Amino acid sequence: MKKLASLLKTWEALLVVLLLVSILLGSLLSPYFLSGFNFYAITSNIMEIAIMALPMTLIIIVGEIDLSVASVLGLASVVLGFLWQRSNSMPLAIIVALLVGLVAGYFNGVLVTRLALPSLVITIGTLALFRGLAYVVLGDQAVSNFPTAFTNFGFSTIPGTELPWSGLIFAALVLIFAVVLHFSRLGRQLYAMGNNKEAARFAGINVARIKLALFILSGLLAALAGVIFTARFSSARPDNAVGFELEVVTVVLLGGVDIFGGRGTLPGVVLATFIVAILQNILGLKNISGDIQSLAIGLLLIVSVLGPNLARRIQVVVARRRLAVGSSKQV
Amino acid sequence: MTTTSKEVARVKQRGLSGQARLLGLVSRVRELGLLIVLLLIIVIVGIQAPRFLSINNFEQILLSVAILAIVAVGETLVVLARNVDLSVGSTVGFTAFVTAYFFKELPHANLLLGILLGCGLGLALGMVNGLIVSFGRVPSIVATLGTLYAYRGLVFIFAANTTSQVNASDVPTDYLALATTQIFGIPALILIAAVVAIIVGYFLRTSQSGRQLYAVGSNPEAAKMIGIRADRLIFAAFSASGLLCGLAGVLWGARFATVDATNATGLELQVIAAVVVGGVNIFGGSGTILGAMLGAIVLGTLENALNILNISQFWLQAIYGAAIIGAVMLDAFITRWLQRAIRTGRKRA
Repeated sequence: MKKLASLLKTWEALLVVLLLVSILLGSLLSPYFLSGFNFYAITSNIMEIAIMALPMTLIIIVGEIDLSVASVLGLASVVLGFLWQRSNSMPLAIIVALLVGLVAGYFNGVLVTRLALPSLVITIGTLALFRGLAYVVLGDQAVSNFPTAFTNFGFSTIPGTELPWSGLIFAALVLIFAVVLHFSRLGRQLYAMGNNKEAARFAGINVARIKLALFILSGLLAALAGVIFTARFSSARPDNAVGFELEVVTVVLLGGVDIFGGRGTLPGVVLATFIVAILQNILGLKNISGDIQSLAIGLLLIVSVLGPNLARRIQVVVARRRLAVGSSKQV
Repeated sequence: MTTTSKEVARVKQRGLSGQARLLGLVSRVRELGLLIVLLLIIVIVGIQAPRFLSINNFEQILLSVAILAIVAVGETLVVLARNVDLSVGSTVGFTAFVTAYFFKELPHANLLLGILLGCGLGLALGMVNGLIVSFGRVPSIVATLGTLYAYRGLVFIFAANTTSQVNASDVPTDYLALATTQIFGIPALILIAAVVAIIVGYFLRTSQSGRQLYAVGSNPEAAKMIGIRADRLIFAAFSASGLLCGLAGVLWGARFATVDATNATGLELQVIAAVVVGGVNIFGGSGTILGAMLGAIVLGTLENALNILNISQFWLQAIYGAAIIGAVMLDAFITRWLQRAIRTGRKRA
């Protein structure tokens, strides 16, 4: 009993079990699940979310949130399409799209840090604003005549493997983020900021500057996800990736990051990313539509915060009862 | 010794009433500011396009914001208690679809029964939000982001098992008449929204629970210390928001007549924009129903003006976003200015 409890206490262990269960479930439910192509489908489908989840992890650890990521993705995608159409230069279009993401993140960051406004509300505002700007740029049009080199990057695999190119980008980013978060001074500072902002400030951490940098990073990587998304579907539309913020936040919280900041690990988030990816894949293989899939993701989001809360409450109740029983015995 | 403490008490009292007056003044200035913005829009657009100024057009504007306004009343209650309800669009969509389907299947059913069904469903969905937030201790932003998609998923499941779309010709005219009836020459839709706003506004101003809701929003810790049961109030606020979404859903089905599983998608952004533009502080604790209604009317007028000036509707969402950010910034500046004013006032005292 005690062993089980202590094992359950490491969230990552629980996630590993969940991941194995979902793989088992998938292979039992569909004969196509364990194929190489399906591995490719699972990874390439989740990569945009996975990439955006990395900076989101850091942002939630410092006690903020960025709900505008999916809109930045959409805006970057539209800018990319628009510029390709006008200039016929893919490098230019990609660079400007990334810059747009950077500026969008800077905008969020300045409002949150300089004006000391809550990121929750600001990024709900920019969620509407950036998506709105995407509609302003392209209207109800779509750009889809991208060069083959670009679209190949979107849906071909790394030669000899079943891994999409975006998987390579993600792997490199995970490595960098893991080192920064878990093995660097900056990483310790991020946890300190999330645990006690005032104390962190008194300890000489430049809270505002780090937060600003995180929001810029979030915008930039959301734009990168926009480039990947555009290449994968070979289509730039203003409604690209609407609602992706749900999955990004779900992945991070399911990964064990505390919504109030100060706690969470990158391996947890990566594990959660693949759990969500596999669950979505299974639902897809069972012909369940995307709209109904988001019901599952929404519930998962709530449960990943509600579950630990309830567990903690039950623990408290059990401990109290034990205390009561113990003291009555003594009497 | 006694004289000094008496003096201190008197000075404190004077300081307090001064603060209260200042706070009251600010909320009135905020509402006055909105009226001025509204007038400016009307004058500027009116000069460019005189047909904007017709009585008929104003009625159109009020009609277009009536349903949004009902939802905004519920959202105001939630925001006052320092929470947010992102699931309103899905709740409205769900109740609209279910109510319309109910009338399609049972065209001879009592009108009241359908209305009660929609409101009851909305209430139930709101109560689920309230339970998760106040008793499950899940931050409302996470809980309602989850239910925003969960409830929408339920609509799709419901639609997949029944019908993909309910058309105007499928439902009895009695139901559609809810949105078109006029009482004393005023559309019923506008009257219903006004009645809801007046009742809830009166409740907030005068009832004990109403005042307690403000207390919970402005200082949750202090509210708990003086014995206010914050959990119950927050639960009640979410339930009320759900109930009003249900009512809005019933009216949505009647007004638009043709509903599918995607109806009212994205409504939450418009509702939150209306509420914060209306001066309801997103940090909780201050704001009025009147303000939220003015916020809804200002945004509705803006939308109508875009239409009349032939400006692309694609600008609309960007404007909503900018309005949210602008309003939150303005409120932050006002709060800071107020704090400074109170501090200097104390020093002088």
